[in-house]
This record gives sequence, structure tokens and C-alpha cells, in this order.
Amino acid sequence: MAAIAATDRATQTARWTKKDLLGLRELTAEEIRLILQTAESFREISLRPIKKVPALRGKTVVNLFFEPSTRTRISFELAAKRLSADIVNISPQGSSLSKGETVLDTVRNLEALKVDILVIRHAAAGVPHLVARRANASVINAGDGAHEHPTQALLDCFTIQEKKGRVEGLNVSIIGDIAHSRVARSNIWGLTKLGARVTVCGPPTLMPPQIEQLGSADGGAGVTVTHELASAIRGADVLMLLRIQHERQEAMLVPSLREYRLRYGITRERLTLAKPDVLIMHPGPVNRGVELDSSVADGPYSVILDQVTNGLAVRMAVLYLVSGAPKVEEEEG
Amino acid sequence: MATLLIRGGRVIDPASRRDGRFDVLVDHGKIADIQPAISANGAKTIDATGKLVVPGFVDLHTHLRQPGREDKETIESGCTAAVRGGFTTICAMPNTSPAVDHRGVVDLIHQEAQRVGLASVQVVGAITKGREGRELTDFGELFEAGCVALSDDGNPVADGFLMRRALEYARLFDRPLIQHAEDPALAAGGVMHEGLISTTLGLHGIPSEAESVMVARDLALAELTGGWVHFAHLSCAQSVGLIRQAKRRGLRVTCEVTPHHLALTHEAIGEFDTRAKVNPPLRTEADREALIEGLRDGTIDCIATDHAPHTDWEKEADFDSAPFGISGLETALGVCVETLVTPGALTWSQLIEKLSVNPAKIAGLEGGTLSLGTLAAITLVDPEARWTVDPMAFASKGKCSPFAGQGLTGRVAAVILGDRVVSGGEGASKNSGG
Repeated sequence: MAAIAATDRATQTARWTKKDLLGLRELTAEEIRLILQTAESFREISLRPIKKVPALRGKTVVNLFFEPSTRTRISFELAAKRLSADIVNISPQGSSLSKGETVLDTVRNLEALKVDILVIRHAAAGVPHLVARRANASVINAGDGAHEHPTQALLDCFTIQEKKGRVEGLNVSIIGDIAHSRVARSNIWGLTKLGARVTVCGPPTLMPPQIEQLGSADGGAGVTVTHELASAIRGADVLMLLRIQHERQEAMLVPSLREYRLRYGITRERLTLAKPDVLIMHPGPVNRGVELDSSVADGPYSVILDQVTNGLAVRMAVLYLVSGAPKVEEEEG
Repeated sequence: MATLLIRGGRVIDPASRRDGRFDVLVDHGKIADIQPAISANGAKTIDATGKLVVPGFVDLHTHLRQPGREDKETIESGCTAAVRGGFTTICAMPNTSPAVDHRGVVDLIHQEAQRVGLASVQVVGAITKGREGRELTDFGELFEAGCVALSDDGNPVADGFLMRRALEYARLFDRPLIQHAEDPALAAGGVMHEGLISTTLGLHGIPSEAESVMVARDLALAELTGGWVHFAHLSCAQSVGLIRQAKRRGLRVTCEVTPHHLALTHEAIGEFDTRAKVNPPLRTEADREALIEGLRDGTIDCIATDHAPHTDWEKEADFDSAPFGISGLETALGVCVETLVTPGALTWSQLIEKLSVNPAKIAGLEGGTLSLGTLAAITLVDPEARWTVDPMAFASKGKCSPFAGQGLTGRVAAVILGDRVVSGGEGASKNSGG
């Protein structure tokens, strides 16, 4: 009991010390919990008639999206606005990003304009890390190649905690294109650090080598790999589906989308194997009729839209923490 | 009249099995005498006490970038880097712009190297026109112009039929074809070794088999044709095993390994460190150990740098976009001493075989020995010197090195070409301690 109380206190007093949020691999469980707790305190702001607090007034956030994105970009934009930050959106079309300027030159120019936070999305893994090493501004990774998408995994953890009351001890199955998924990697790190048991499921062509060793760095159990959908569904508390991209067919990773659906698509019939209180999650956008049938995506187990709602609170928390602003409680007190 | 006396050093000349304290006399640019004690008799004397006196190193695999990318390296900066690193001969790879696929480019490189007057520059011509893998170059013209080997390096000769014809036709010239062994389809899009670290970083991997299937194919073609294939920069255990068997069967095959593949694994990439982005990629500890074992048992004939300089702005990019390659000439010796001699994998004499004797043989050159009457190309090594790698002090324009900041033992004290002392080894490093 004493040990538990001590741990609780340590969690309560944890402070955010990092300039950037680059991934969940480098975060401790305490840091992840701190973000989730902070998000909890921000959630009700979006339920107010006037959805705005002055926490980041005077701060400038840049959404630097080298790759097209709708939901993540808008989620960050609204999160920044609800915290009263100024936000600028930069996308590839009609900017120097499409004129062959190097990433670092783009960032140097933005830094010359004295911005505070760079939210970066890029098709190449490691771009946020490259920028973070060189920039004074805080960097938030909004998805880098197949590497990490930390705010997506944080909102997934937040949603699981909200619906299940805990993450620790739950069985979470991630199903789909694990090899090319930044969402899968960030969730593996986040969920295993918070004590969940993670299973990844998909055909061998979509499974990167030695994936079972991910998440075992801190002495954790690692990840269980299965190629059989039924064993990923049975006993799972959460089924997390990943988008199958059409271009994977061309790379001969799956013979056809039809074949994929036949073996790995979540249909209503297959859900009968699942626990009665299973959660269906998807980072979006959903390929209806491929990885997820419409009846399941819109069905009673689906929390896909709750994920989107929670994404806002989580991104507010991340913006707030990396900005180095004082904690909410202190401000109020 | 004698012109230069190198006195009191430990002379290591594997070709003559000489290893001991000798004086070396150089007269009119040639090695005139090697005796336990030689009178100076008016010659300029270099005190080599505590130093190793060895045949100058021969690099089978140098990218000089000229003509075409003089912002990355020039023949002059590359040759300066070579002598700083103890190399008296370097073989310039043909992936210039234009490619070395006709006599004019060979002559241009020779002329510029002559003007620079430092390391001897030998030229490797292209196997196919434009290195495009479609049409053979005029082998005869290239060899007459002085090419020591042919290669499409940077690209493999992917087409099996073309490689067969190239190996057959090259038999006329008794010179090797240097294969950059990589199956393009298996390696497509890859930027590092395929394994736990590529999975962790979400980077596209290149499996070891991208190399080994090409090695297996070319060994079969060498057997079919009787041609001589030389494999560039081996990276994995499977390739070493295949070549070991092929040599036992008596096939005409030679191969090289780089200092960085001997010293490092894919773990050097850490958090997307492009200084560790090379092709073939750094692989696992088991591969590294297999490469060292291959070097020890003679499966791997020699060490070649694959010196591949790039500009800083190109390397300071995301891992996918940054080019493959690092600056290697000025760290080769120190890395080899640290990786091979200090741990006892190779003796000094064996290391000199891999750096001087064997690459000279493969290139068909007279060098690599301290035989009487040969042109003096001598490197003086301080075997105990500790130094720290400082890429900004490189003579090479390429300042990218995965060894930056690392402490190494063993550095080049001087290089003697003919009657001239052309490099004192300064500049490439800062002394650490002592």
C-alpha cells in the first residue's frame, strides 16, 4: 500500500521537462500519464459555450504539414485556437516546400519569424527529430513516415482509459498493415509502457522483422505476433484497426483488397468471437468494406468518433506542456 | 647520390616477409637499399624511431567526384585526403558525371592527378555505357587508356545476361570486374539494414539477401565464364560464406570490405543519424564478426575505404533523402587499428597485407611492397598515437564521418612518394592527450 501511495505521489508531482514530443518510445510511463492527466483537465473546455482559455495567448504555433492531412491538422489547429495561440498552417501546395527547399532551410526561415511550436507531419521518418536537434522552437511530431504518431497513440490510450477505466492489464490487438504504420509503433510503445498486453495481427508481408521485440526495451513483455485474425479477436478488450492503403497492392504486400477483407476484415460475424464489451478503434480514415465493415464502424462497439473528440484534448495538453507554460492548477490557484 | 634515408623504424613488408628494425634508402625516387644500418652519406634523413615503415596503402575504392560534383570532392582534395590517410595509390570509381565510360574521361582524370602530384590515381572504368546496365563499354579502349578494373559501382550490373557477357569478354584483359552486389528489386526503397532497428525507426530496410543473392549469381556466372569477379564492400555473413566456398572450389574471385563495416553495426544509426547511412548498409554484430573472420582466414582479400564524400547540406537531411556514403580515407588506418590490431584479430603485418599488398595485386600494380628498385611509396605509421577524429579538419571536402569525436589509436606520421615527403599527417585530427 505504501509503495502504491508513493507511486501515486510521484505521478502527481511529475513535471514535463522535454522541449519536444517526438515519440512515445522515449517517454516514461510517468510522462505519458502526465499528458493523459493534463488532457483530462482540458477536456471540458471544448464543452463550454465559449470554447477558449488564455493558456497559450501570445504563443505562435506553426502547422508544418509536408504531407496532406485533414483530421490531424484540424485537430491541432483547433487545439491551438482553444488555448488562444496564434496558428499558421503551411502545406506543400503553393509554398516553398514544393520548390525544393530543404527542410532545415524552411525551419530556419520560420525560426527567424520567432515561432514557438512547430507541429510537423512528414512522409519521411525522423524529420521531426532532425528539426528538433536544430530548432529552438518546440517540435511536436504529428506523424513521421512509418515511425511514430505520438498524439494519435496518446488519444487512443486516453480513449481506452475513458471507456475501460484503465489501460493496465488489458488485451489490445492491433490489426492491419503493421509494417507501414506509425500509429501501430506509437501505440505499441504507449500501451506496453502503461501495462497493456499488445498483440499485432496481419499477414507476414505486413509484419516488419523482429516486431515482437518492440516494447520490451524497459523489461516489458514485448509484443505477440499472430497471423490468425480469430486469435487476435478472442479475448481482446480492444481491437484497433489500421487503414489498408491501396498502394500496398502494387507493392505485392497483399494480393488484393478483396483477399485482405476475406482474411482480415472485421465483419459483424467475426465480432461474435469477441468479448461482449470489446472496443473497436480506428485512427481514420476508414476504408469501409476493407479493414472494417460499415456495420461495425458505425456499430455499438465503435468508439471511432470518441477518438476524434479526445484527440482535441490530448493535443491541447501536448501543446500546453511543451510550451512550458505553468500548470493549469497553479494558474487557477 | 642517395637522396633520402628513413632511419630506425620497424620495417614491415609482408611481400618479402620482412618485419624488423631497418634503415631504408631511397635513391632517385626508388627504393635503393634496406639494411639494419645504412650510413646517411649526405642523404636527407628522416628519424623513424618508434614508427612503422610500410608500403603505402592502396585503396581499391575511392569516389573522387571529379568530373561532375566538384562541390563534394575534387581530385586535388581527394588526393590530399588520401596521403593524409597513408594511401599512396587510390582507384577512382567511375560514377562521375559524365561516367568513366570512354577514354576521354580516363585521360582527364589522369591529367588532373598528374598536375596535383600526390597519390597515384588509378582509374576504374564503367562496365556499361552511362553505368545504365544496358550496353557494354569498349573494354579494350578503357584498359588501353590505363583502367585497372571495370565497375558500374553505385549500381549493380543487374542483368544476368549482360554480366555473363561482361565476364566472358573481360577474360581478354585479365582484369577484374568489380560488382556492387545488390539486387535492385530486393533493395528498392531501402535506406538501412532490415532488422530490429529499421522496424523501430520505421525506415525501409535492405535485407542482407539483397547482397547475397547477387553474390551467389555472380559466383555462378564466374564459374560459367571463367571470368574474374571482385565484390566491392561486402556487408553480410551470407556473402562471406558464399565466397569462402567459391574460393575453395578454385573460382577466380576476390573481394573487399570497408573499415566502417568492420567497425560498426546498424546500431550506429541511433536516432536517424545520417552519418551512419552507407550502401551497403551497416548490418548486425554477427555480420560484423563474420566479416572480420573472413578477413582473418583470407576469404576477404583486402580493405577498401569506399570513400564517398558528400556536402554537409545533403547529409543534414532526413534519413530517406540523405545520400549514402561517408568520408573514409582519413580514418581508415585508425579504425582498422582500433578494430583489428588492438583486439588481436590481425597482426600489423596482416593488416598491411590487406591495406597494401593485396589491393595492389588485384589492381595489377607494382606497388604494395618495399622491393628494391620499385618506386618509393612508403607510409610511416605512429602505431601508438592516440587521436580524436575531427571531420572539420579533414582534407577531404566530405566532412561526414560516423567516427566523429571517436578516439582512435594509430595514425599516419608521414608519406613518402619518390624522393618527397608529401604528408606529415597533420590536420586530419587533433591530438588527444600526450
